[in-house]
Amino acid sequence: MSVSHTLLALLERGPRHGYDLKQEFDAQFGQDRPLHYGQVYATLARLLKNGLVEVDAVEHGGGPERKRYAITAAGVSDVEGWLSRPERPDLYLNSTLYTKVVLALLTGRDAATILDVQRAAHLDLMRELTRRKTRGDLADALICDHAIFHLEADLRWLELTGSRLDRLADEVRR
Amino acid sequence: MTGEAPRPSTGQAPLLSARDLRKTYGPTTALDGVSLDVRPGEIVAVMGPSGSGKSTLMHCLAGIVRPDSGELRYRDRDLITASDAERSALRRSEFGFVFQFGQLVPELTCLENVALPLRMEGVRRKEAERRAAHWLDRLDVSDVAGQRPGQVSGGQGQRVAVARALVTDPAVVFADEPTGALDSLNGELVMRLLTECVEQSETAVVLVTHEPSVAAYSHREVVVRDGRIRTSAGLSR
Repeated sequence: MSVSHTLLALLERGPRHGYDLKQEFDAQFGQDRPLHYGQVYATLARLLKNGLVEVDAVEHGGGPERKRYAITAAGVSDVEGWLSRPERPDLYLNSTLYTKVVLALLTGRDAATILDVQRAAHLDLMRELTRRKTRGDLADALICDHAIFHLEADLRWLELTGSRLDRLADEVRR
Repeated sequence: MTGEAPRPSTGQAPLLSARDLRKTYGPTTALDGVSLDVRPGEIVAVMGPSGSGKSTLMHCLAGIVRPDSGELRYRDRDLITASDAERSALRRSEFGFVFQFGQLVPELTCLENVALPLRMEGVRRKEAERRAAHWLDRLDVSDVAGQRPGQVSGGQGQRVAVARALVTDPAVVFADEPTGALDSLNGELVMRLLTECVEQSETAVVLVTHEPSVAAYSHREVVVRDGRIRTSAGLSR
């Protein structure tokens, strides 16, 4: 999963401090692996350097100063590009696709289109493997079948998620 | 990895052309403004969950069901205004059908089943059976020619059904979940033989399936959801 794109997309909902961003990330996506604070601030520093976020406000309290970050126009277009690009169909779908779907729902984008684009990419690879299978020997066919069955599992997940988008939207926006 | 699959030219005039098809059954909207072109030699997979409208779409394209509104043409013929007799004649002479459970006539032998569409078109028995035997051979089921459907395996029966669909040299084959009742190995064999046979002709295939591994034999897919077609470019009307 791309942590920097995910943090950027979460910022699209409104400016946040690094602490709040980490809390929100962990609540939505960090069930198994919460982010370290160090990773959040290092990522924000990089995004700042690349002009994708800006410091929106600095609070001087009793302790160290707290910066509030906001996404820039370049940041929004970076998120847009990332969400609309299909992930490279992998043998095991990682959590990136789930993250993209949730972020699309949170930022008011069309999550169904993300699933459509990914399905097309998966089916294109399945076509390629099916053609290879019919031309190759048995060993090659078995290797292709293994990949095809895994891609098929991903496609079933895409289909099922597509049918549950309304419910998922209700849950993540709660 | 291999290169791109040879795709039929998109410059060719479509065999089937549907525009803004709508169909309701009582309070249920089965098709809600579907547009689709099918060109010669093209294998188009129609995918979607149960109840999405994919079978209704196939039945409309095949002239089995008349849409409530929209435009639907096969070559230069208007399928919406065509009479039932005209549509029926078209289905016999221009279209071939493969269903999930073969739907062979149980009283006839496999050879007679394959010859049946030709006999209904007035072809003499000897010639019809000669051509039927050729297609049983192409589908590698010559050995069951004299047996009745109840005596052959599911995979063999489905290959006989494919032979019956192709025997009239149709312009379009409509295949509705053609491997739905088969195991992986037999399903794969049916799809491989079907696609090999149509690749050598200009026959188009409209392949209704919810199985991605079957859709992978197509040149392109359209996904029907809630009576509409979705593409990777989003909702298409």
